[in-house]
Amino acid sequence: MNKNSNSYIIIYSTVMVVIVALVLAFASLSLQPIQKANQDNETKGAILMSIGQGMDAEKAKDKTAYINEEYAKYIIESFAVDSKGNKVEGADAFALLGSLKDEYAKPENERVLPVFVGKKDSGEKLYILPLWGSGLWGPLWGYLALESDMTTIYGAVFDHKGETPGLGAEITTAAFQNQFKGKSIFNGNEIVGISVLKGAGSSADNPNAVDAISGGTITSRGVQNMIISNLQGYAGFIEKTKSEDVVSSPQDEDQANLTDESTPDLPVIEDQSLTVRENE
Amino acid sequence: MSKKDKEPLFSAKNRKLLLGPLSASNPVVVQILGICSALAVTAKLQPAFVMAISVTVVTAFSNLIMSLLRNSIPSRIRIIVQLVVIAFLVILVDQVLKAYVYDVSKQLSVFVGLIITNCIIMGRVEAFALGNKPWPAFLDGVGNGAGYGLILIIVAIFRELLGAGTLWGYQVIPASFYDAGYSNNGLMLLPPMALIIVGIIIWVHRSWKKDLQEK
Repeated sequence: MNKNSNSYIIIYSTVMVVIVALVLAFASLSLQPIQKANQDNETKGAILMSIGQGMDAEKAKDKTAYINEEYAKYIIESFAVDSKGNKVEGADAFALLGSLKDEYAKPENERVLPVFVGKKDSGEKLYILPLWGSGLWGPLWGYLALESDMTTIYGAVFDHKGETPGLGAEITTAAFQNQFKGKSIFNGNEIVGISVLKGAGSSADNPNAVDAISGGTITSRGVQNMIISNLQGYAGFIEKTKSEDVVSSPQDEDQANLTDESTPDLPVIEDQSLTVRENE
Repeated sequence: MSKKDKEPLFSAKNRKLLLGPLSASNPVVVQILGICSALAVTAKLQPAFVMAISVTVVTAFSNLIMSLLRNSIPSRIRIIVQLVVIAFLVILVDQVLKAYVYDVSKQLSVFVGLIITNCIIMGRVEAFALGNKPWPAFLDGVGNGAGYGLILIIVAIFRELLGAGTLWGYQVIPASFYDAGYSNNGLMLLPPMALIIVGIIIWVHRSWKKDLQEK
């Protein structure tokens, strides 16, 4: 048989591609459950990190067991809410995490967004809101944990698909994420999110801002836009929980103080100094 | 044919195929192939080790498969067939890493996928596997993968030890050193230092193997 005839080449390549496709499809399907478990585990670890738990995962002998144990201990509830803040029955919050992108593509009043409820060691509730946005090269995501007053940030974690190492990718470092602790997402009665500002210390006295990352302007701006746009999606839920909280606990003096202090120099989103060109 | 079949599995010739690439014909320090991934994945020992194993598996089996197919491949689509086989193996390795060593696979990120373009693999398939029997081709693949991996691991040991004071994630340099004023060299963790270390290895290697020096 002539090995260089067209028919031989076509048959040869067809057979080869079909065999390769079959083997790869089989491998992919049979490994999928294990890969999914790894990803879920990573997600659970990130959720725990946003409330400052599960930090010893790297040292744990069995990381999966450790994360699951901590998750069961500190995450007390998860549910999904619609744009008015009402719980949606029958929606799986954890499964929704995988389709946040699709949810944000829908019109606001059709969105169903996941909420996780964690607790501190003292038993006080924390609300964890998943975030989804875009950076310079690809998607950003994260988890923002709010105190039960729905105003103060208890913790935040961010991750990314492919931001530049050393620049935009610095959003995953503790140094960046720790800045969010204790900041406020409200200015007066308005949800303003957190501005990410240029210049070391420019956010020091501002309860609504943190310092941006040098050389990671577009990623920093991505974080800022992600927080405000996502929080607006949760506005109904935040307002609702906040009013419930005020009714249930009479001690809202702290909140009053907080909002008073935050009045000077209202940082308007998308203005301010983020105009330096990205060095990436 | 029959003469070859009687040849022992590890004859002198086959041993040379297996061990030669570790030093005398090392793909990284003698042939200067596969440098880009050597820079990228050697900041820590564990990813370097996983990368070394992955590349060895891919070179060994791509050589084996190509050697088995060598008499049936139409020469006009030879390169395409090689790429399909290599890509197939790399995807398989990537899937396995994602399932069983998820953290390391995240650290290696795109560099697992980029094994496809590693010159060592294409080079060995084209230069050796297409003209040799399956067993020698397999040994040649293992040898070249190991030669590549050896350099990766040496570079990673230097970089992790001097850059982070750890090996395989465990603290090696005692705290008393740090108290006495020692500090980690952050420069070691950056890619340029990998190139410099590879350069030093080449220098040492050629001083030792004088016949490799160009006149």
